Amino acid sequence: MSKPKPKIKKEAVPMPKQDPKERGVNFNEVAMGYKEGQAVAEAERCLQCVKAPCIKGCPVEVDIPAFVELIKERKFDEAIRKIKEKNSLPAICGRVCPQEEQCQASCTMGKIGDPVSIGRLERFVADWEREHGYDIPQISASTGKKVAIVGAGPAGLTAAADLAKLGYEVEVFEALHKPGGVLIYGIPEFRLPKKIVEAEAEYIEKLGVTIRMNALIGRLYTIEELLEQFDAIFVGTGAGLPRFMRIPGQNLCGIYSANEFLIRVNLMKAYAFPKSDTPIFVGEKVAVIGGGNVAMDSARCALRLGAKEVKIVYRRSQQEMPARTEEIENAGEEGVIFEFLTNPKRFIGNERGWVKAMECIRMRLGEPDESGRRRPIPIEGSEFATDVDTVIVAIGGTPNPIIQQTTEGLQVTKWGTIVADDNGKTSIEGVYAGGDIVTGAATVISAMGAGKKAAKAIHHYLTKKART
Amino acid sequence: MYKIVTRRELVPHISLFEFSAADIAAKTKPGQFVILRIDEDGERIPLTIAGANVGKGTITVVCHEVGKSTKQLAGLKEGDCILDLLGPLGKPAEMKNFGTVLCVGGGVMVAPLRFQAQAFHQKGNKLIGVVGARTESALIFQDEMREICDELYVATDDGTKGYKGLEFLGELLKMKKIDRVIVMGPIVTMKTVSELTRPYGIPTIVNLIPIMVDGMGMCGACRVTVGGRTMFACVDGPDFDGHQVDFEELMARLKMFTPQEKIAFVFHEAGGRSH
Repeated sequence: MSKPKPKIKKEAVPMPKQDPKERGVNFNEVAMGYKEGQAVAEAERCLQCVKAPCIKGCPVEVDIPAFVELIKERKFDEAIRKIKEKNSLPAICGRVCPQEEQCQASCTMGKIGDPVSIGRLERFVADWEREHGYDIPQISASTGKKVAIVGAGPAGLTAAADLAKLGYEVEVFEALHKPGGVLIYGIPEFRLPKKIVEAEAEYIEKLGVTIRMNALIGRLYTIEELLEQFDAIFVGTGAGLPRFMRIPGQNLCGIYSANEFLIRVNLMKAYAFPKSDTPIFVGEKVAVIGGGNVAMDSARCALRLGAKEVKIVYRRSQQEMPARTEEIENAGEEGVIFEFLTNPKRFIGNERGWVKAMECIRMRLGEPDESGRRRPIPIEGSEFATDVDTVIVAIGGTPNPIIQQTTEGLQVTKWGTIVADDNGKTSIEGVYAGGDIVTGAATVISAMGAGKKAAKAIHHYLTKKART
Repeated sequence: MYKIVTRRELVPHISLFEFSAADIAAKTKPGQFVILRIDEDGERIPLTIAGANVGKGTITVVCHEVGKSTKQLAGLKEGDCILDLLGPLGKPAEMKNFGTVLCVGGGVMVAPLRFQAQAFHQKGNKLIGVVGARTESALIFQDEMREICDELYVATDDGTKGYKGLEFLGELLKMKKIDRVIVMGPIVTMKTVSELTRPYGIPTIVNLIPIMVDGMGMCGACRVTVGGRTMFACVDGPDFDGHQVDFEELMARLKMFTPQEKIAFVFHEAGGRSH
């Protein structure tokens, strides 16, 4: 006798979160993760569609229905193994991927209710594995070939893991003192705890990858020198240079790039000052310029560091904001104020060279621009001044230029990104590139996707080369 | 981990360190800097390189105890290790035969200036050196500079040795044909010398180490205004045209974390992290 099929719940199991008042003063993770029962209940909502539109939405093509089904059956070890066939950094992706625009966007359940919370389920099994001990997958026999990876960010670490599993000797060169790239210097502790990034990097080392810190390629060794020692190179150096607005007063004290602010807080742990040596200054009235995830991260860090008022100043409206809805909501809940259709014109300093006010202009939206979003147009005569003592400029980043400047024959676009085809192949034989250094600033998962593709292409290239 | 192979106090509160770092040594050129971190909770400290020994596989820096981290560094002994050492960073100094080069160094920066002066000497430049400090007991590397300079002048802020202040350079600039001036020292020294050479139109190069975090172009903390444009000292410099630098802004920005630096120092003196 078959039991009657239980009715599928339209609503997703909510993510347990720290109370906004409490979390506004600490750096602990905001989203606390599903418990076993919650994860199984959410997994039960998956319809196991034959066509699996979710997989097509995933840049690294994780077999989503399969791992969700395994969670439903409480086979958590098998579920994480299934994910790791495609994704070496699931604890990170489960937390910071924009699932609402990717796998979950095309989920069939989304047509009748909430889509299945794929990201939360991915995070659940990844955390389960970290608590229960890592399972090291089978590694192919050594190919006897060596690959160098430049940059230990999402693209580089993914390429490193895939190549190690294929039997390559892989060495990662990282310029900072910790691996992870933007995961370690950019995304705050309360959104992605650093112990998780460290654990994921350790897992990649367990696959046999060597990660070397304090090695700035271009200065310490050139790409040309690396090619003498390695059979292929993958460059994933990211878009880590801050942009400024080029308006008067931008170099006054109290004005940070979001990069500086977040590097101090995240990588250098300035929130623990003076126990950690790196200082940070956050005043009473903070303005964050920009509308992306980095702006949300900066604003929420500023609140946690004691600012009385934190305002996000964005030149378009809420609709055009590139930040994830979830992050905008989190910021709002914690007390961040949004000032839309507003753009700074100049910063005004005091006699000691510190910013004391900001002159802004109101904007209106015109016709859509090349990004498809409506272009902001200044409203003449609408200028006004507002008091600020701290400004964080979060208007995006540009590619790291050091490799491009020091590598002869490497083709570069007029934006400074490296020219590479869909598989990451650059103008130099044996040199591949992917992630933000090719596309300009984008997401963690798209960089991972690029790392994956490049690893495949490098494997193909070296296999073919060995035969000829 | 990077081992300290030599540690020597040159004068009170100024010490020379030689670190074992063969790959950095092989690539180092005068004018460049490193960033070091002492331990896990440490900050990233930029220091101008004062020498590189490729055979021995070491680089040299000279450090002035001015705050918590530099004091902690000074407390380390030969054989001890620091956690991180990144370099060489920044563009090397432009190096060729310019003719006569005036090299002005102040305080701890006389050490990297001497590294650069050696290279100018090897390129066949005639060298006029100025070694300066606050007071006589703080002067470093006079003999080393004398060895490579055709003429050497000493100056102190308080006049305890040599000239009092740098005003004497005005006379020197009037009398001699100088093709290039290099200044490495406190901001006021670089500003004063740049103002003195401006009327003569002599190219005057200053080496700037503002506050920085990563040292490779990511944070933008080290931005300086040069000729009205914002530059990053770490990747666009550290050498800049002294006649174009906005020293006032640079001076203000260097003081940005002064209150926090005092807190860190007091915290450390009180036992700091060991408590």
